[in-house]
Amino acid sequence: MESSHYYRSLTRNMVLIMMLVSFTPLLLISGIIGYQFETSYRQKSLAHLSELVRKHQQNIDSFLIEKLSYIQVLVHSYSPDQLSDEAFLNHKLSVLQQAYGGVFVDLGLVNDEGMQVAYAGKLKLEKANYAQAEWFKRAMKRHYFISDVFLGLRRQPHFIVAVKQEWGGHQSILRATIDFEAFNSLVENIKIGETGSAFILNTAGEFQTMPRVEPFATKEFFLEIFERENRKTTEVETVDHPLGADVLPMVESYSPKEAGKMKDKTVIEGEGEFQGKSFIYVMTPLKGGEWVLVYQQDASDAFSHLYAARKLSIVILMLAGVTIGIISFFVAQKMVHYIESADKEKEMMNEQVIEAGKLASVGELAAGIAHEINNPVAVMVEEAGWMEDLLQEDEFKSGENLAEFERALKQIKTQGARCKEITHKLLSFARKTDPKIRSVELNELLEDIISISEQRARYSNVKIEKQLAEDLPFVNASPSEMQQVFLNLINNAIDAIGTNGGTITVTTRVDGGFAIVDVADTGSGIPKAMLARIFDPFFTTKPVGKGTGLGLSICYGIVKKMGGQISVNSAVGVGTTFHVYVPLPGDTGANENTPPSVA
Amino acid sequence: MPGSKRDSKDPIRLLLVDDEKGYVDVLTKRMSKRNIIVTSALSGSEAVQTLRRESFDVVVLDLKMEDMDGIEVLKIFKIMDPELPVIMLTGHGSETAAREGIQHGAFDYLTKPCDLTELIAKINEACHRGEEVLE
Repeated sequence: MESSHYYRSLTRNMVLIMMLVSFTPLLLISGIIGYQFETSYRQKSLAHLSELVRKHQQNIDSFLIEKLSYIQVLVHSYSPDQLSDEAFLNHKLSVLQQAYGGVFVDLGLVNDEGMQVAYAGKLKLEKANYAQAEWFKRAMKRHYFISDVFLGLRRQPHFIVAVKQEWGGHQSILRATIDFEAFNSLVENIKIGETGSAFILNTAGEFQTMPRVEPFATKEFFLEIFERENRKTTEVETVDHPLGADVLPMVESYSPKEAGKMKDKTVIEGEGEFQGKSFIYVMTPLKGGEWVLVYQQDASDAFSHLYAARKLSIVILMLAGVTIGIISFFVAQKMVHYIESADKEKEMMNEQVIEAGKLASVGELAAGIAHEINNPVAVMVEEAGWMEDLLQEDEFKSGENLAEFERALKQIKTQGARCKEITHKLLSFARKTDPKIRSVELNELLEDIISISEQRARYSNVKIEKQLAEDLPFVNASPSEMQQVFLNLINNAIDAIGTNGGTITVTTRVDGGFAIVDVADTGSGIPKAMLARIFDPFFTTKPVGKGTGLGLSICYGIVKKMGGQISVNSAVGVGTTFHVYVPLPGDTGANENTPPSVA
Repeated sequence: MPGSKRDSKDPIRLLLVDDEKGYVDVLTKRMSKRNIIVTSALSGSEAVQTLRRESFDVVVLDLKMEDMDGIEVLKIFKIMDPELPVIMLTGHGSETAAREGIQHGAFDYLTKPCDLTELIAKINEACHRGEEVLE
């Protein structure tokens, strides 16, 4: 159906518009706020981690500087003879071990040929030759040296702190082995969340600590980023490092490449992705750039709160979406339903207006005809009267057809009067009777009408019964119009009963904002096929010449005009009841109290 | 002055104003037979001219005419002779016009077509009223 399609598309459009209007700002706002929140949360998280890493950088560097300082103190404070004395050295080692736990594993004095001349420690490393050891070669070129972690002769991860000193033309190195576990724990302490962990790499890409968690990417990945970022920042700032060459005036041997990395404070942070796994990293140089402290954490772990918040807001957004959708749908459906019923009402109104218009034009036409007919009828009746006048004269008195003449003239007059009655009724139908609205007591008005009609009713052997509600309120109506309506209905009722006798019952009652007058007769009833047409103008069931077919049209017009309704129930052989609904004053909610439509 | 000095035995002098010639003719005949002297006018302007020439006891005036509105004619009559009683004939449903006429000084109105007896009764009433006022 065309109209149902129209209403369906109307519903759809309304739902779409409502959802668009409510969703657009919702999505925009949540998008903007979500983006801002995420960005700042990430920045904050990274900044927090950077701070943590920087703190550890300082801790580790201080650890190294401290250990180095003790060895330096030993070298500067004692003579080579003293240091060559293993008992002395053992004594010093025990002092250090007492102060620092097991950090210092052993001490050894190595001459310039790489021969360990004195040793203090648990391992039997006296006379060990370090001439070919990497750390020895590098330590000989500098004033001091901290080695990378290596396995060395003892096959245990450790690293060496070495300080070179010149005594009487001979260079000697005092070296100390630092316990790997003690050092490792410094880094291992950095534990955040499930996956947050740290490790140290040297520039060659070797682990200097044991990573607690497998690195998320290859060592080269981290080193490449580190080198790249480091180069960038190096150009901008050069910061002195206590472990760097510039701090110690005697240092000559730091390579320029290494010296370039001499700086602190540099923290490289970012997010990376390796083999489909995203993670965050924070890196900082250690030991004057020779080592890199790498902190890594799985992105979903690091931003778990953020991701949880994001998940929650997506769920809320989806729920809101579904709710908006459902509400939009129901609201649209309801609105369209209203529109539909309003349209239907309008259509019905239109039909009624057309009907009323038809009635009005029929009325105007009838009034015109009535006026035109009036004059010729008047002339005819008067001419007949004139002939009657003439018949009174003596010359006609003896005429044999006098009686017949008189009868014919009387008939002309009677038929003229009938014409007059018809035209009068037609004009009543069209004219505007005294429309002045007054407060009308319906019961009183009905009593008057009944008393007028009683004479005619008696003649037809009809009894009129009254069942008038005592508390019937006043109505606002034109008394002359009301009279016309009820007189018409009662006359019709009398006609319907005929001469066989019967009863007319006039009832008044109040129901739902209307005063209702029922005029019921025990007449012949109206066949169903005719019921629909009884209010049409010129429709009559009375024998030709008896009715004009205008009475009920007039009643209908009057009652409709005052906002009332007139309806009829009828059963053939039982009788007919007309119901007239007259609106009660001050009742504006007439819609709620719509009387039943005309049967 | 016209219409002012009249003996009750004298025939009533009536001016009948209506543009329907058939109606005027038959009424003239019937009224003449009832001792009323009828002068007819078939239009408003003719009526005014007639009233200027002659004097009448009563006027029967149709409100609906071709050339002039009956109410206009009534107004002119009332200016020419304020005492002259005017009975109006109206169509059914034109009571508003009739009521307007009464406001302008018409004696009464009858709806057309009217019964002759009724009309003559009204004419007599109008003439008598004049006498009562004089007495």
